[in-house]
Amino acid sequence: MAYDKFTVLQSTAVPLPIENVDTDQIIPARFLKATERKGFGDNLFRDWRYHPDNTPKEHFVLNNPLYGGQILVGGKNFGSGSSREHAAWAVYDYGFRCVVSSFFADIFRNNCLNVGVLPVQVSPEFLQQIFEAIEKDPKTELVVDLPAQTITLKATGASEAFDINGYKKDNLTNGFDDIDYLLNMKEEIKTFAQNTPL
Amino acid sequence: MSKTLFDKVWDSHVVRSVENGPDVLFIDRHLVHEVTSPVAFLGLKNRGIPVLYPNRTFATADHNTPTRNQHLPVADPLSANQLAALERNATEHGIPYWGLGHEKNGIVHVIGPENGITLPGATIVCGDSHTSTHGAFGAIAFGIGTSEVEMVLATQCIMQPKPKSMRININGSLNPGVTPKDVALYIISQLTTSGATGYFVEYAGEVFRNMSMEGRMTVCNLSIEMGARGGMVAPDQKTFDYVKGREFAPKGAAWDEAMAYWETLYTDKDARFDKELTFNGADIEPMITYGTNPGMGLGISQSIPAAETVEGGVSTYRKSLEYMAFSEGEAMIGKKVDFVFLGSCTNGRIEDFRAFAQVVKGRKKADHVTAWLVPGSHQVEAAIREEGILEVLTEAGFELREPGCSACLAMNEDKIPAGKYAVSTSNRNFEGRQGPGARTLLASPLVAAAAAVTGKVTDPRQLLEIEMA
Ligand code: SF4
Repeated sequence: MAYDKFTVLQSTAVPLPIENVDTDQIIPARFLKATERKGFGDNLFRDWRYHPDNTPKEHFVLNNPLYGGQILVGGKNFGSGSSREHAAWAVYDYGFRCVVSSFFADIFRNNCLNVGVLPVQVSPEFLQQIFEAIEKDPKTELVVDLPAQTITLKATGASEAFDINGYKKDNLTNGFDDIDYLLNMKEEIKTFAQNTPL
Repeated sequence: MSKTLFDKVWDSHVVRSVENGPDVLFIDRHLVHEVTSPVAFLGLKNRGIPVLYPNRTFATADHNTPTRNQHLPVADPLSANQLAALERNATEHGIPYWGLGHEKNGIVHVIGPENGITLPGATIVCGDSHTSTHGAFGAIAFGIGTSEVEMVLATQCIMQPKPKSMRININGSLNPGVTPKDVALYIISQLTTSGATGYFVEYAGEVFRNMSMEGRMTVCNLSIEMGARGGMVAPDQKTFDYVKGREFAPKGAAWDEAMAYWETLYTDKDARFDKELTFNGADIEPMITYGTNPGMGLGISQSIPAAETVEGGVSTYRKSLEYMAFSEGEAMIGKKVDFVFLGSCTNGRIEDFRAFAQVVKGRKKADHVTAWLVPGSHQVEAAIREEGILEVLTEAGFELREPGCSACLAMNEDKIPAGKYAVSTSNRNFEGRQGPGARTLLASPLVAAAAAVTGKVTDPRQLLEIEMA
């Protein structure tokens, strides 16, 4: 599925300073029954966001009008657990284009890249700086520059470089996906398959 | 050049290496289920392309299926809709589909090995993170997201950078009452849930050599819970014996050819790993978890650690204990248990039912405990009957349900109610994993059985009259 191109994103951010946020929290299993990719943003962090009677939990950050923006900042080991891409869809569908953490779980990181969400891994110290800056001023802005591979706290100018594989970077900046790439090498794949017993 | 087992299998499946990018990896066999596939099939439709190799693709229904009255229409309209979509998609693309009631139906990671879909040296993927299970056969097997499911359907390939390698050696032997599940929970408790992120693990050493295929599957299954992409065990005679004669395994001349390849599947003597860890089998006791991630586990006789002694954030740790309504320093033994779940792709195989039966034999289920015993597949269910295990279970007051994922992820009606405690043989104790507000204690089938008959957390060695060191 195609997504919007990603180049430079300047936005306020939503802080979630919790470690080991797993995909069952990002989107609980009972919301995985759809046969289309629609409406997952409504159930992002469902059980942290709403009481069982569907009234909002006031203390949860997504229900706090002070915070908003297209960047989600999470604690260490973000996205552990299940392979459900629905978690990345929910993040995207809610309106986030970038998730920042000091450590990501593998499959979640991959899924994000496949659906147009940029995972930015920063040092634990920089993550702490970001959390503190947002706590001090919820309107503080971050600048995520994909071509330059940097993330900057606008107010202070504090900045850090982040890693991304060159191929994935090209994909994100152009809005391409892996399937486009693979479909272009179908003949090569078929030849390979002939020499690979079932 | 010396290669690891992982290198051998990976390298032989690389179609192309993208410069500064991932490898294009050919996938031998692709397993599909109802939850993570519909959007992928929709993607194919939008692009107007077919499934490239339907004969390398296998579909089953397991994640949201009921475990009772499977002969009746599925009551939940959303689940029924997903099941119908899979059946439609499979039929349209000529993919074998083993839906509810089919003799081959069961949990995707249980039926793969049972039917010879899982083979040594193969690459296997599925839109479920516990695909790592199949690594027990010396396959490279890992979970993928829905975009990747679409990729594999369309091109039989996936694009992934080659992971780093780690070897985990466990030497010596296991004490009586210590099962493969305990070995896995022990490793995760030592490494934490992110300790192997970025790595593919090979399990080596005497403990794994002596382990049954079922046991190896349990351990490889849980690789993902320490963050690893997958785990594998080098195939040996036990592996070949298990595979031989199964429906989708090679036969005749193809078997001999396959064996010639499979016998090369071991890590060369001086091959190097990016990381290597060694443990001693004798140090492991029956394990149980007390928190909200699988790394929060301890020997059953121990007490919940103080926040200051654990690595990581103290506030996250306290939040976790609060959810469980446990306190630092409390003993696990004796805690009241409301539910027991035996099943899932971690512990839903015949060996797990044998172990459970061994403990409950001649005893009675505790009155206040609700027990869900869910076989991983119809084949497991049949073996339970044939071996006389069903009688033992019935006599002790238990009832057997029909196969599926069930309370492992609680997408069907098998949900643990809020605030209740479940000793579960599944793989995740995340908040709400087994139902909103459910509190999960992960453990082996032996520990689950001991909880089911005593109604509280109990060391199974006591019931089995095993002397403890
Ligand atoms: S039993 Fe649980 S982990 Fe295994 S395939 Fe089903 S949902 Fe996934």
